[in-house]
Amino acid sequence: MKTEAILIIIMAGVTALLRFLPFLFFSGKRETPKYIVYLGEVLPQAIIGMLIVYCLRLTDFTTKPFGLPEIIAVVFVVVLQAVKRNSLLSVLGGTAVYMLLLQLVFK
Amino acid sequence: MEKNKTIKRAFIASLPVLAGYMVLGIGFGIMMRDKGFGVLWTAAMSLSIFSGTLQYVGVGLLAAPATMIQTAITSLIVNARYMFYSISMVKKYKGTGKYKPFLIFGLTDETYTILSGETPKDANENKYRFLVTTFNHIYWIIGGITGNLLGQIIPFSTRGIDFSMTAIFIASFTEEWIKKNNRKGAIIGVVTTLVCLLLFGEKWFLIPSMLIMTLLLSIKPKREAAK
Repeated sequence: MKTEAILIIIMAGVTALLRFLPFLFFSGKRETPKYIVYLGEVLPQAIIGMLIVYCLRLTDFTTKPFGLPEIIAVVFVVVLQAVKRNSLLSVLGGTAVYMLLLQLVFK
Repeated sequence: MEKNKTIKRAFIASLPVLAGYMVLGIGFGIMMRDKGFGVLWTAAMSLSIFSGTLQYVGVGLLAAPATMIQTAITSLIVNARYMFYSISMVKKYKGTGKYKPFLIFGLTDETYTILSGETPKDANENKYRFLVTTFNHIYWIIGGITGNLLGQIIPFSTRGIDFSMTAIFIASFTEEWIKKNNRKGAIIGVVTTLVCLLLFGEKWFLIPSMLIMTLLLSIKPKREAAK
């Protein structure tokens, strides 16, 4: 019981440390270094791209259904977002399509 | 009036996360119960850690139980990416005052994806950020508790609902792409990660991906920053 509590504290502590460290390092009244400002502009899109790959990393393209539910749902989200420009709609629509494909079409 | 508008905007922005966090939270709650951990343990983890990936891994660490060193190193490896999220938010979160500690604590993949974008024009920026982070945290905690208490009596199949996370990232990626907002970064992010996934395998590819994409983006920073 006590061990488990300590382990949770360690997980929470390390996670918070990782999140806070850059802010502590570049805190204070000083101007934020140009390089860090620049990273703030360019990193988000790269990270979001990375997270997409991360989410789809376990997709199996070599056996049936060859990643088709994922491919169709991804294309659906991209097209819906491009046409309607509404993130909520894209996310809900894309998820619904994927669930239908998985549960009814490619079961 | 402005206050209500901010709440509304934040709630709408957080809605895509609602589905995903409920589902992943429920998954986490069920895993905890399967290992014999009740609702208090589940809530304590979601409240204090607020990181889906680590909490999933963490169930195994608690059940073993792992040593303190193992737990610390695992947490470090699984969540190293957060450092990069924070680096890129240093400037954005500069004037956030009393909200700052909580905003930093709540920088999950999904919160980051929403808040690294623009704040709606009719919303109070800092309150908006605070509320989005708070809503997401609440969804995450409720999801975990729900899974832990009622995991086995969900009446319909939720298979595939975790795609909502992927969809959040894809929708945001597409939106920025249409706005021609840093397409170079977008391409570098996807290609680097794909190459690293092939090179390092699915367990280890995130940290090299982050390092290499930061390095690639750092080439010629002066000219880019000037524009």
